[in-house]
Amino acid sequence: MLVELGIIAVKSFIVLFMVLNLAGVMGWVERKGSALIQDRIGANRASVLGFAGLGLVNTLLADPIKFLTKEDFVPPHGDKFLHTLAPCLAFFPALVTFAVIPFGDVLVVGSREINLQVANLNIGILYVFAMASLGVYGIVIGAWASNNKFSLLGGIRGSAQMISYEVAMGLSVMGILMIYGTLEPQEIARAQGHLLWGWLPAWGIVLQPVAFLLFLTAAVAESKRVPFDLPEGESELVAGFHTEYSGGKFLMFFAGEFAEMVTAAGLITTLFFGGWQVPFLFRDGFHFPWGSDFMIPQLVVVALQIIAFLTKIIFFCWLFILIRWTLPRFRYDQVMRLGWKMLLPAALANLIVTAIAIAVFAA
Amino acid sequence: MSVEEIGFFLLATFLVGFSVLVILARNPVHSALALVAALFIMAVLFLTLNAPMVAALQVLVYAGAIMVLFLFVLMLLNPGTVERGSALAWGLTATAGAVLALELIGFVMPAADSVQRLPTSEIESRFGSPEALGLTLFSGFVLPFEVASVLLLVAIIGAVTLARRTKE
Amino acid sequence: MMVPLHYYLVLSAVVFCVGVVGVLVRRNLIIILMSVELMLNAINLTFIAFARALGSMEGQVIVVFVMTVAAAEAVIGLAIVIAGYRHRPTLDPEEMHLLKG
Repeated sequence: MLVELGIIAVKSFIVLFMVLNLAGVMGWVERKGSALIQDRIGANRASVLGFAGLGLVNTLLADPIKFLTKEDFVPPHGDKFLHTLAPCLAFFPALVTFAVIPFGDVLVVGSREINLQVANLNIGILYVFAMASLGVYGIVIGAWASNNKFSLLGGIRGSAQMISYEVAMGLSVMGILMIYGTLEPQEIARAQGHLLWGWLPAWGIVLQPVAFLLFLTAAVAESKRVPFDLPEGESELVAGFHTEYSGGKFLMFFAGEFAEMVTAAGLITTLFFGGWQVPFLFRDGFHFPWGSDFMIPQLVVVALQIIAFLTKIIFFCWLFILIRWTLPRFRYDQVMRLGWKMLLPAALANLIVTAIAIAVFAA
Repeated sequence: MSVEEIGFFLLATFLVGFSVLVILARNPVHSALALVAALFIMAVLFLTLNAPMVAALQVLVYAGAIMVLFLFVLMLLNPGTVERGSALAWGLTATAGAVLALELIGFVMPAADSVQRLPTSEIESRFGSPEALGLTLFSGFVLPFEVASVLLLVAIIGAVTLARRTKE
Repeated sequence: MMVPLHYYLVLSAVVFCVGVVGVLVRRNLIIILMSVELMLNAINLTFIAFARALGSMEGQVIVVFVMTVAAAEAVIGLAIVIAGYRHRPTLDPEEMHLLKG
């Protein structure tokens, strides 16, 4: 009993460590990457003992210290308790969602099989959506507690956008759930190791390409990144719903956005790109379709799976950053129209076509 | 007192506390947030009762959508702090509420005694899972399911019609 | 050792009565609607508790329907509140007495 609790604690620590570190590193990639895209140098002024590390020291050391040592204020006539609560509410869903995302297959230690997933819930993906739907509250409360018209406007737009794209996100995943027949992310990841026609791994992107595009769009919109960042429209609404935030609270909003990005990347990886699957790698080693087999010790297999998972997540985070600095911002009515009039019917059509295909192929 | 009972009493205290906060708070936004917290604790209670699917639905639908709607309307209408009514009204109603609670409990206790609670070992492992809920819902309750979807359609049309700005 | 059924039912009765008091005494339409939601949730708790005690999934199915109806009712209720607010900017049910005889 105590050993099991200890194992869960270690797994939670590993996942949290990974997510928070990735969020920080993504902050740096964002600053340096955007600088490269915009043909400038970016932040390079801060250095430790002469080591500026391409802006690493600036983003990962100087920025957090700056944020944390700034004055922490609550706007006059603003609600003090809610103003402080909002960033915590915004940060919480992004971290908690990672509890069901598997980062590896089983790790066999002695006689114990450890499932490399913090919580093996039978409702799996529904838990992810439930936590994502709680993400709206951070914005709504933050906007309202600021007692500022710009914040309120940003907050209303942001929450409307988030709840619209939650619907599209949920529906686009339905096809995947129908194909793999389960709600549990670990089972979905395992099912993607199955080889179609003997050589093609049955990844989600192969079986549901349209759903992947829909989910990618909806995930970008959910985390309020450009081109959907009207809630924090930097050039339009001052800073949108986090206008009246500075210091540590703003850092939590900021880090929360990056954590959401990492979570979205984790979801896309698990649902559409096989999660921790390396093509042709099974629990005992590589089994290539042309016949050659490599036997690999179990620990190396697990290490390869974790590395594959991290690589895929980092790729998608990089993709999100690339999208951010390439596309201009959508107008609010365009965002709403895209969510309700384009993504939703497309997701429904995808669902119907998937259902027909499953019925035909199962016969 | 086992761990489960301690956990239950903790959750129950918070639930009743937040519910009282809903009806007592002077600021409607505080009421709404207290209700969100109460709904979340309800979801946790559902989890302790072997109903994970319903708990997920509770957070998704109730705490994640309906309460967001309430908060939206509150932000749009912006009522500010509201009057709470006289002490006499509160006293009378609280007494009536207490009497009602005692009566309900009086009815409920014998009913609960007559129900044999199934021990955990006899509850099948799939109880409360999405499969079980789906099977029951779509095999015995198809008609109410379809009627519920029509009901939601009616609600959507009604809400859009009611909230539309008519050109006067 | 499981938590006895009585505990859940007593808790549900208490929350229900808190909701009833809220509906009767508060003078703000939105808080009244929220108290109704509280009552519906107490009912849901009763259903789930009995579903667990009897080992029957039907209690949970009914809860799904209760949630659906609660959602529809909250939507319509709030739409009515918004529509009424446009005529007279008040949320106090005492002030909506134009049809009074």
